[in-house]
Amino acid sequence: MSAFSDKLQAGDFVVSSEIGPPKGVHVEHCLDDAEHMRDRVTAINVTDIQSAVMRVGSLAICHLLTHRGIEPILQMVCRDRNQLALQSDLLSAVALGVENVLCLTGDHNVLGDHKESMPVFDLDSVGLLETVQILMGGHDLAGNELEGEPPTFFPGAVVTPAGDPLEPQLIKMEKKVNAGARFFQTQAVYDSAQFHEFMKQAETFGAPVLLGIVVLKNAGMANYMNKFVAGVSVPQELIDELKADPEKTKSGQTGVEIAARTIRECKDCCQGVHIMPLGWDDKVPAILDLAGL
Amino acid sequence: MLITQRKPLDEILAMIEGKSNVFLAICGGCPEACETTAPAEVEALVKDLTENGKTVVSRAQIDFLCNKALVALRLGRHMEALQKSDVVFVLSCGVGVQATSAMVQKPCYPALNTIAAGGVQGLWRGEERCAECGDCVLDRTGGICPITGCAKKLLNGACGGSDKGICEVHATHPCAWYEIYERLKGLGQLDKLLQPVKPKAWGKFEAPPELRGTIFWALEAEEPVAEEQEVTP
Repeated sequence: MSAFSDKLQAGDFVVSSEIGPPKGVHVEHCLDDAEHMRDRVTAINVTDIQSAVMRVGSLAICHLLTHRGIEPILQMVCRDRNQLALQSDLLSAVALGVENVLCLTGDHNVLGDHKESMPVFDLDSVGLLETVQILMGGHDLAGNELEGEPPTFFPGAVVTPAGDPLEPQLIKMEKKVNAGARFFQTQAVYDSAQFHEFMKQAETFGAPVLLGIVVLKNAGMANYMNKFVAGVSVPQELIDELKADPEKTKSGQTGVEIAARTIRECKDCCQGVHIMPLGWDDKVPAILDLAGL
Repeated sequence: MLITQRKPLDEILAMIEGKSNVFLAICGGCPEACETTAPAEVEALVKDLTENGKTVVSRAQIDFLCNKALVALRLGRHMEALQKSDVVFVLSCGVGVQATSAMVQKPCYPALNTIAAGGVQGLWRGEERCAECGDCVLDRTGGICPITGCAKKLLNGACGGSDKGICEVHATHPCAWYEIYERLKGLGQLDKLLQPVKPKAWGKFEAPPELRGTIFWALEAEEPVAEEQEVTP
């Protein structure tokens, strides 16, 4: 089993992070990003054609991470592959030493750079989680038997704690647990009190939740997320904090402090933290130091 | 030709498990022409329901169930029977089921699958759309179609891009799954959102050979051939 699953199942507080593959074949830089964090995190997510912008595939980078002794979490979206390809890639993942899978529906094509490409969505996040369970049971979606020992996966999913309205988010979270989700990484959280309220209900489902942290780079980024990113709400006082000392914010220190503070305020009510540094991978150790992790 | 086909009886009975009183809303438009709402077919459904312990409280035949205003006007005459009913079974294309659901504060379930609406005559629809998927899911979604209403055709609820009832694809595009959630909440059926759903059977979008063999389909299929002959010098 993966260290990520072992730790979560042992009840440990777990830290994960995230890297994004490049648009082009020079993958060294993105692997170096992972090196900045490797000693401080248990596993690193690799995004899957993030924001529907075409780039190197998640599985290739995950495999390269395993060569470096870094445990990857394969993100899989349902936008680009039908049932055949999704199942085939799940089997390929195990063959390449990748066991952790984060099952997502995926952003719509029109949000990315190939707006006229075909949105597949043959399955969705819940259907993908169910598919993982079926493969682990030794069969495929058509009911045919897999050869040899069935594959082992550690499947997870995402949830949006600040979803508006929240009730359908919680219903879908429960549905994901029923479909086999063994862990959750959340959308970016900036309101600790609201996250505590969310966790009161989310913890009843029994699956470990990793608090999602997106490091704020400046006030413009915060305003952009408030306007365009579903389920993310950066409070005005954080935007004011980013504006207060431009030099400090530019150096990254304000974003680091906000991230560390959010982790400190929330870590008692969840079982881990998932940091999405969006290129500021070298700041992850500082955030964890300041958060006392 | 619009082609509908009655859903399998076990599927119909599963929708009303634990309920007994049924109202039938029958479209007298296109489905009558393809005989899924012909008198013999309606009587066969009534017989099936009765034999399985269900009571058909009343029925209404309306031409153009696809038109919400007309549905409201005509079903208004059946208020008493509707109030006594647990569910409304709608015998129409998917548009008719959606239009009826929008006007009746009762669970409205599709009794037919819509397989094709090509060359349809008399469809009088509003904002509702039917993808003719051949495996209607409107009984699980409060009578709002996720196949035509959701940009990703999702079957298991809203994606992470849904925000305050708006779809991530466009600021003017409502999230169908938000609307489904609101409708099911109003009907006291939020538990339906937790029910497992099989992946969509895309093969059912195509009409099966036995329906392609009907006279209606054959007439439709021959039209292009006739046109081609006319333009040949």
